[in-house]
Amino acid sequence: MLCIKNGVVIDGISSKPYKADILIDKGKVIDVRENIEISGAEVIDATGKWVLPGLVDAHCHLREPGYEYKEDISSGTRSAAAGGFTSVACMANTNPIIDNAAMVNYIKSMAMAKGVVKVHPIAAVTKGQKGEELTEMGELKEAGAVALSDDGKPIMNSQLMRLALQYAKGLDMLVISHCEDLSLVGDGVMNEGYMSTVLGLKGITRAAEEVMVARDIILAETLDAPIHIAHVSTRGSVEVIRQAKRRGVKVTCETAPHYFSATDAWVDGYDANTKVNPPLRTDDDVEAIKEGLKDGTIDIIATDHAPHHRDDKEVEYSLAANGISGFETAFSLAYTNLVETGILSMVELVQKMSKRPAEILNIDAGTIQVGKFADIIVVDLDKEYTVDVSKFYSKGKNSPFHGHTLKGRVIYTIVDGRVVVKDGQVIL
Amino acid sequence: MALKRKDLLGLRGLSRVEIEEILTTAEEMKSLLLSGSKESSLLQNKSVVTLFYENSTRTRFSFEFAAKYLGAHTASVAVSSSSVAKGESLIDTGKTIQSMGVDVIVIRHPMSGAPHLLAKHVSASVINAGDGINEHPTQALLDMFTMKEKKGAIDGLRVAIIGDILHSRVARSNIWGLTTMGAEVRVAGPPTLMPPDIDKMGVKVFYKVEEAIKDADVVMGLRLQKERQQKGLLPSLREYTRLFGITEERIRLAAKDALIMHPGPVNRGVEIASELVDGEQSVINQQVTNGVAVRMALLYLLMGRNQDAVY
Repeated sequence: MLCIKNGVVIDGISSKPYKADILIDKGKVIDVRENIEISGAEVIDATGKWVLPGLVDAHCHLREPGYEYKEDISSGTRSAAAGGFTSVACMANTNPIIDNAAMVNYIKSMAMAKGVVKVHPIAAVTKGQKGEELTEMGELKEAGAVALSDDGKPIMNSQLMRLALQYAKGLDMLVISHCEDLSLVGDGVMNEGYMSTVLGLKGITRAAEEVMVARDIILAETLDAPIHIAHVSTRGSVEVIRQAKRRGVKVTCETAPHYFSATDAWVDGYDANTKVNPPLRTDDDVEAIKEGLKDGTIDIIATDHAPHHRDDKEVEYSLAANGISGFETAFSLAYTNLVETGILSMVELVQKMSKRPAEILNIDAGTIQVGKFADIIVVDLDKEYTVDVSKFYSKGKNSPFHGHTLKGRVIYTIVDGRVVVKDGQVIL
Repeated sequence: MALKRKDLLGLRGLSRVEIEEILTTAEEMKSLLLSGSKESSLLQNKSVVTLFYENSTRTRFSFEFAAKYLGAHTASVAVSSSSVAKGESLIDTGKTIQSMGVDVIVIRHPMSGAPHLLAKHVSASVINAGDGINEHPTQALLDMFTMKEKKGAIDGLRVAIIGDILHSRVARSNIWGLTTMGAEVRVAGPPTLMPPDIDKMGVKVFYKVEEAIKDADVVMGLRLQKERQQKGLLPSLREYTRLFGITEERIRLAAKDALIMHPGPVNRGVEIASELVDGEQSVINQQVTNGVAVRMALLYLLMGRNQDAVY
């Protein structure tokens, strides 16, 4: 038995934090109340700390199989645990691509064997992510895929996207859309605007994202099908989604910490660690993302954890791979930039990083409740620290936040009642 | 006196004092050049490598002659036949060159920021000889040198840069340098070839060439790459010339003694009328001579950095 004592609990259900002890046995929460006294239990003293449901990431890249030199399920899930995530949904752009039941089973079995947090595969929408033929979605669902996405590769063919949404709806499966009109992207490598002009880098117009957000919403609306928009980054996208939600479209969306924590001004100096897709945007977009998070237009915060090897980043900016190693800074970035600044309350942050992502993915996680899996984290909100990529558990040391001071740190991560992170260190 | 910097990556961020230092030194170098002495020992025992990932006869030769006239050893890396073609990274190539005792690496690269990446990873001085659509600082310095030589000063000059501003590293470097030196810079071209928010760089933007040229002291044409039409950025070269070409009629709107400049090579009859290229107001050939002087000055100033360089 394990007892977390004296912490301030946000359970994902109640509207306010409260002081309570949490008793865990056989992987589940068996009691939540003040002053649990029980002998023989291992005790975590959470005095002065906050106790939250384990974070749930609806969007990450674990790179296995195919790119184990960037990350594998072992290193990726340890990185996730260090960042406070107890469940992660991994995208299909592995090699080979997760577009058949055998690949879903492979990911699940590797996660069982080597992972320290729960891994939920997201399967591809189209075979080989080629945007040509639909995958066998029914079989993928039976195998355990929690959603469908060609993330990294937009489905440019509108009719195919329509059919995907229609077919997936019949299976009660969620399609997650990577919104990017490639003809508008061209050979752009950063946000189009003053900074791209100054740096002489080809720009990507915000419209490249926004027209696809609009297209996908219109397609979903005509079919009354659900759609989830990945990594929203622009003011225009937020506004299109806001209007769609008002009309009752079944649209949900996510943003990633870098879209409310950094701007295209960070590209100055050509550090490829600032290269992401969609690209870092302007102050005005960052403001809009925060507004969208505050008013509920943006449902959740996902990491878009995209680890890369240094050889993929220490090259000319135009050649560099897109992505940030995101697990281990996500919570601190969200706390520092959203809670400390008064945009979200801690209860709202838990909703966006735990409860709602679990609901959207339809997985049993995201709350602290008697009878539920004991996926719990303990965080120290007063803890200030400087991001040091050399200490990342992820193989990917690619973060533009290296050297930045953030607040709020994960101290314990508990998965199914098992302590994975203790005193900020992964112990499994 | 030396430049207190390891590299010259662009004119963005270069101070007025530094630019003046380079231009003043270039005057001395030009005197040396015109005196017929091509065997100076100022850079004796120094090595300069030109590492060109893009073809450019005039810039590469200009650097190589500049280095040789000052007594430096030079070598050029022919990228297409080197290990780069085998997939070696820019950083590894740079480190290899440095390991051979090279003091200065002059790099031209099709991607913006490549010299910045190289400079971070080698202790040799890196000179940007043109990176992608970002900067071509030595071209802008020779342009400014020519303007100063002909007009006496740069401060207060009205300079109109006409053409494909979006893809022009020459335009960007000139904008940084000229605005720092107190000139009024106007840019004109088709909207599809104008970078977003360029007005925030302190220039006036025009979509009618006549307005940009009016009363200008310098009119600079830019090379138009013909494939821009295929990419849909222009309807036709014919229309481009009709709307944006620097013609004899349009040049009459400029100041009477306006200079006509072009970084070359010129598409005669496309961005600029052939008569103007060869005309009295044209300083295009003098730009080339001045390019050697400016590059001599820069090599000399960077080589002298070891006493008090700021890394």
